[in-house]
Amino acid sequence: MPKITDYEPIVGSHTIEELRILAGKLQGKVIQNINSTAVGGGVAEILNRMVPLLQELGVDARWDFIKGGESFFNATKKFHNALHGKSEEITPQMFEIFMETSQRNIDEVKIYGDVMFIHDPQPIVLIKKKASMPDSKWIWRCHIDVSTPNKQVWDFLTPFIHQYDGAVFSAPGFSQPLLIRQFLISPSIDPLSDKNKDLPQETIDKVLEKYHIPKDKPIITQISRFDYLKDPVGVIEAYRLVKKRIDCQLIIAGGTATDDPESTKVFAETKEAAGNDHDIYILPIPSGSDIEINALQRASTVIVQKSLREGFGLTVTEALWKAKPIVASSTGGIPLQVKHKYSGLLCHSISGAAFAIKQLLNSPDYAKRLGENGREHVRHNFLLTRHLKDYMLLFLCMYHPEDVVYL
Amino acid sequence: MNALNKAKEPFKFYTQLHMPELTGLEAANLQELLDLIKTVPGSVIYHHTHRFLQQHQYLSPEPPNDFAYWITGILGEEELGEALYSIDTIQYTTILELRDEIVRTIENYIVQHPRSLHKFATPGEEFHFVKSVSFIFQTPYTASDLKEFQAVLQRVTINSIYFHMFEARLRIGQGTNDFSNWLEDSLSEKKLANKIASLDPYTHTMENLRVTLIKLIEKRIVESMEKPSEAELAFPKP
Repeated sequence: MPKITDYEPIVGSHTIEELRILAGKLQGKVIQNINSTAVGGGVAEILNRMVPLLQELGVDARWDFIKGGESFFNATKKFHNALHGKSEEITPQMFEIFMETSQRNIDEVKIYGDVMFIHDPQPIVLIKKKASMPDSKWIWRCHIDVSTPNKQVWDFLTPFIHQYDGAVFSAPGFSQPLLIRQFLISPSIDPLSDKNKDLPQETIDKVLEKYHIPKDKPIITQISRFDYLKDPVGVIEAYRLVKKRIDCQLIIAGGTATDDPESTKVFAETKEAAGNDHDIYILPIPSGSDIEINALQRASTVIVQKSLREGFGLTVTEALWKAKPIVASSTGGIPLQVKHKYSGLLCHSISGAAFAIKQLLNSPDYAKRLGENGREHVRHNFLLTRHLKDYMLLFLCMYHPEDVVYL
Repeated sequence: MNALNKAKEPFKFYTQLHMPELTGLEAANLQELLDLIKTVPGSVIYHHTHRFLQQHQYLSPEPPNDFAYWITGILGEEELGEALYSIDTIQYTTILELRDEIVRTIENYIVQHPRSLHKFATPGEEFHFVKSVSFIFQTPYTASDLKEFQAVLQRVTINSIYFHMFEARLRIGQGTNDFSNWLEDSLSEKKLANKIASLDPYTHTMENLRVTLIKLIEKRIVESMEKPSEAELAFPKP
């Protein structure tokens, strides 16, 4: 696991020094993170990296979990999908199971933080313990895109959310009308992880060889799981429009969940749409192959993210960090990362995507400049170190209601 | 006095960090945007006219104004976008004055182009009003002469330079900044102070601004080795 000083060559020693000063302002405060699992899923991944780094900076950050049975997690999975705007059948029984397990956790989980940092809906009911700890500050961190939540689930959660001192969302469009303070904290990528670290050219070449991808023509790539919302078939259509004018190849690579029938179906449809075009590579990449994803991104001439709907869009962040010119849909958190014509090109349609890809392929200097701007934008705004800074400022906000705070 | 002379008071470097707080307010067309610009707290206007300076460290500077970016990119009103981009932010010493100028610019445009009110952002592309909660704190760095000052400028974060160059203008008013104030008051470096005060920091990237400041100071250090300062000329040694 990287140490905080390992980030100095990337963000500068002055940035790390600023983090240390900030950590000093939190002396004597215990920050207790609570979520539902230690492994698996994005939240656990974030906490696995953030908690040790916060501790190294001198913040007394800790991490605990709630417990729940299969029926509890089945219910919360449905809640999660429904909050994302997916159509789900939510039954009264699910709410009952949720409350029963929550009550057990209220009885069993030890609460001791000065700042209670509660992640996502699963442990949300723990807020009931606030009454017994009047000096504690409670923050609900929503990692989900709740821009169009299922009303039934959102209305169920709202009375709990309103008891918190603050809520945190990942993009401005995810926030909801609430009676409490709402903060904006974007997710981040770790520049030292396998998915993002620098790779030697041999590693990149080996991955291309493995998938029999030649280097003799430009490569257009979309990295995303096989999901309708990522519009892989639309990407193929855009590629075909480009291919009429510029000889190029297309990679669509990402994970397929074997237990997700939709993913299998989308993969099959994408393969079918590709037909027997030998310049299209549809690659199911098994989970844990982060270096392969990294290599494919680095081998690309242009990276595409033509999602119909997107959360924050961390694959865009990853591409920008590799200084790649990007064409991405203007949806979810993508416009926060890609400023049109400054750090990439935004599109709204298949033909728009194709036009933008052609512009980038035909103007390599322009494409290079966009890519370099994108990398600098990520360096300042979407790396783990910025995330650490935001978390510490968030904790300090709990003790300072004013707009200008002199520490 | 030369560049190695000690200042009356050392310069203490502070830094400033921002936490974005969501207001839940959003606009889908020009009228809604205008109405909200008129009523939101100053910290919201500050966020949308200043966050670019710290967040977007592009290799080239870009317009530091969210309103202009949204009006151009989402509503497609390029002429108004350009008018807002080119507001000379540096001449306004309070956020209130800057807000008034933004309001005036939009109102004038609406009068001339009433059809602009009929354009709406597509769902998901609304303008979301965000405010900045600012945290200000001292860094371990101080400088007692020009050489130390130059050395520290190379070390501090862009956030510190931002605080002393931009935030100071709004805090102190009078179109000056902390660096110029100190150079003039504590080191009697009036000419250098004026040169820094006359920079338009809004059209530099922060890293470029750092380099420009360092070069100006470097030049003054070299000069001071060669010829006496203004203070020495005014008060020659007996």
